Amino acid sequence: MPMTALTGTRLRERRLAAGLRQSDLADRAGISPSYLNLIEHNRRNVTPEVLARLATALGIEPQALAEASAGALLDDLRSAAAALPGAEAEVARLEEFAGRFPGWAGLTAALHGRAAGLERAVAALNDRLSHDPHLSAALHELLSALAGVRATASILAETPDLAADWQARFHRNLYQDSERLATGAEALVAYLDRSDAAADDGATAPQDEVETWLAARGWHLPEVEQGRAEDLEADIAALASAAARSLAQAHLVQVAADAEALPLAAFAQALAETGPDPAALAARFGCGLLAPMRRLALLPGAAAGLVTCDASGTLLFRKPAQGFALPRFGAACPLWPLYAALGRPGTPVEAQVATPGPGGGLFRCLAFAESRLPLGFSGPELRLAAMLILPDPAPRAARPVLAVGTTCRICPRGDCPARREPSILGETAR
Amino acid sequence: MGRQVLLIEDEPNIAEAIGFILSRDGWVVTHLATGREAAATARRLLPDLVILDHMLPDVSGLEVLGALRGDPATAAVPVLMLTAKGQPRDREAAARAGADRFMSKPFANAEILAEVRALTGRG
Repeated sequence: MPMTALTGTRLRERRLAAGLRQSDLADRAGISPSYLNLIEHNRRNVTPEVLARLATALGIEPQALAEASAGALLDDLRSAAAALPGAEAEVARLEEFAGRFPGWAGLTAALHGRAAGLERAVAALNDRLSHDPHLSAALHELLSALAGVRATASILAETPDLAADWQARFHRNLYQDSERLATGAEALVAYLDRSDAAADDGATAPQDEVETWLAARGWHLPEVEQGRAEDLEADIAALASAAARSLAQAHLVQVAADAEALPLAAFAQALAETGPDPAALAARFGCGLLAPMRRLALLPGAAAGLVTCDASGTLLFRKPAQGFALPRFGAACPLWPLYAALGRPGTPVEAQVATPGPGGGLFRCLAFAESRLPLGFSGPELRLAAMLILPDPAPRAARPVLAVGTTCRICPRGDCPARREPSILGETAR
Repeated sequence: MGRQVLLIEDEPNIAEAIGFILSRDGWVVTHLATGREAAATARRLLPDLVILDHMLPDVSGLEVLGALRGDPATAAVPVLMLTAKGQPRDREAAARAGADRFMSKPFANAEILAEVRALTGRG
């Protein structure tokens, strides 16, 4: 049972609800009251065994003390606070808030998600109005036809002595332009109707849609492993936006290619022999490094996280690891080894990193970037970087630990040399 | 030869309407439906005014305007730009490229006539 950032807070709430003193519960669970006090204030990790004893003493399931969604809820609440810093939310007491009022906390996070979705929809619609070539062309056609109608009708109305042949010409022109106007208006209405029907309004970012779908499936697609990718067609068709469906299809193609290069059974065997070393696995299977990195993160039940980015640093794929939160909006932490690798294609970058806060931990990050020239030697050069995030709880004396975060806005590391903008958090979580 | 207007407009019915209005006011109107020959034609005719559509099928109105302004023979010829793109940034782009006036479609016939007269000092 993983200890989440809220476990201690939940434990305290349950104990108080049961009318027990710390010393009572500590006695029943066979631990010291001072240790229980530290646990309740989220200052000590608790082993699964102790957690189970505490749950038994309270007469509840251990799951109730350590819900896996707690970390995501806290991240969403931090994002909500970051979105409206003027509201002066008590960020330092976030865990207490989420623990004592889970319903309100969930509602706050959900409203923040909804607001963010609506902001994206507004941006998408604004972008469509400004840059959509179909809409621009349709409006131009309408305005041109309207200009013809107005100028011609004006001549007919304001020129009483107009010669018969000119009258005939302008009547013909008027008829032509009115036909164009009608056709153009119908095309515009049809276009806008199609847009509504597609529900492609940007309310949810396509990448979020795909990752939510993959997370619900445990990030592993056995259908693809077994050559039955077509069984996923209904799932993909159910994604709300065309862009998400396209991203999901591209992911299936990638997974199928990785499965062919690194068959599951053989890969599991090799992994057992070499450990999670992408270079050793790549050498064994005669492939690039990125394929085994993806494979390691997307194995059934894999605890490893994975992020990939292009040369702009934009995150293309985000599978989080427990305790290593990934940004949903905005740019990621510039200290991630991912970006060091991005700047040095072909060079492996490895670092032990620490994520901040009570929910954070130690991780071994392996990053690598590939460069390719799809249009030939004269370029452009494209890059794809990946970072494998492996839980690695034991500090290593030989190397300093790199302190990283998620994104500056919700990162508590006040003395970070790479900071882009102020954080809304204090430094208490360092 | 009377007062000359070079009209560069790809919409035939709009061109016919403008041509009719200006002809009745005493102007000699030369019409081109594309932009490719516009600069050379202007250099040959040296018109009193150019009426230039923003969106032409071959080259953009702004490119034509640039060519007119870059040629000493036509650099001072007044240019009235017409466009179905009435956004402020389009007006600013036209002004930067050297347009003297900018009119959005649809326009009133009286307005375009008044602009032509004003730009040629014959209002």
